[in-house]
Amino acid sequence: MPDTVTLEVQRYRPEEETGPAWQRYEVPFRPEWMVLDALNYIKDHLDGTLSYRWACRMGVCGSCGMLVNGEPVLTCATYLEELPHGSIRVEPLRGFPVIRDLIFDLTDFLNKLKRVSPWLVRKKEQPVADGEYRQTPDQLAEYKQYSMCINCMLCYSACPIYELEPEFIGPAAIALAQRYNHDSRDEGVQARMDVLSQHDGIWACTFVGECSAVCPTNVDPAAAIQRYKLSATLDWVKSTVLPWGKR
Amino acid sequence: MRRSQEPGLWALFSAGGMLAALVLPVLVAVLWIAAPLGWVELPTHANLRALIGHPLTRLVLFAVVSLALFHWAHRFRYTLYDGLQLYHLNQLIAIITYGTATVGTMVTGYALVVFP
Ligand code: SF4
Repeated sequence: MPDTVTLEVQRYRPEEETGPAWQRYEVPFRPEWMVLDALNYIKDHLDGTLSYRWACRMGVCGSCGMLVNGEPVLTCATYLEELPHGSIRVEPLRGFPVIRDLIFDLTDFLNKLKRVSPWLVRKKEQPVADGEYRQTPDQLAEYKQYSMCINCMLCYSACPIYELEPEFIGPAAIALAQRYNHDSRDEGVQARMDVLSQHDGIWACTFVGECSAVCPTNVDPAAAIQRYKLSATLDWVKSTVLPWGKR
Repeated sequence: MRRSQEPGLWALFSAGGMLAALVLPVLVAVLWIAAPLGWVELPTHANLRALIGHPLTRLVLFAVVSLALFHWAHRFRYTLYDGLQLYHLNQLIAIITYGTATVGTMVTGYALVVFP
């Protein structure tokens, strides 16, 4: 068992560098350490200028996603020991503008997410006196899987289409749209359909499936998109092919 | 490609993929594995002629061949479009791929109608 491990970390400090540069750090190797623990060791003991996001250390906050040896992962859930020995490469997630070191800009995703109305849309709220909107366990099960998304952006980083066509609204935004579409209390299906039935909505997706392969909470965004394609096709059949359909 | 066509093309694509996935493994298993190994008796020429004589068989064949062609067209279009990044040729690629599938469908239909 080695005593130390080398982390090759991508740095970018806009006031010092014109582009990304690599920096090597030698950190103690501990079998119980995650990649994030190694980064925290660097920050605390070797180089306080290294910048990265993290918060919960338990795969819930979704902020420590990075490319480790080229793979999008949560660094708080990736053991040093699981990685091939030798040096470990740590980069910001692919597909996003880098702000500083390992920190990337999420604005594009946040703007896209807003477009799918990721909340319960109601035409009319029932009076508070009428009590809660009740739901059966089966109704909850319909959307629960999609509600597990922690906005970690691993799926965007893994998606080749997002890299090629940056207008693509992307896996998590579609999975989150489905989270509300399949909620029995929601009435926003049509508004979301109008956004997502465009080319930059679901149709840009060619079902590569990498999003679901990297998702740490098994949201399975690829399945959410395929399911949405079927709904959108049925909606299209109703509105254009059947003359007695809507619109 | 205008947006209104995408669901229709995707429907043909997914129907073709599903039909091919259901039909082709059975055909391969029966004709290329089970029959040569002697597990089942190979149908004779006369058997197959009788089978294809039935209008329902022709209808199924037509559906399988044409939908599989549209499945190919859609997949190949995106292989060229995203894989080779020929975005500027989008229209031309769509015309060639779906056009080939359309011609193939017409030829299949014609062949199945005129076949004695
Ligand atoms: S769908 Fe999965 S991979 Fe994508 S942001 Fe949500 S949790 Fe992360």
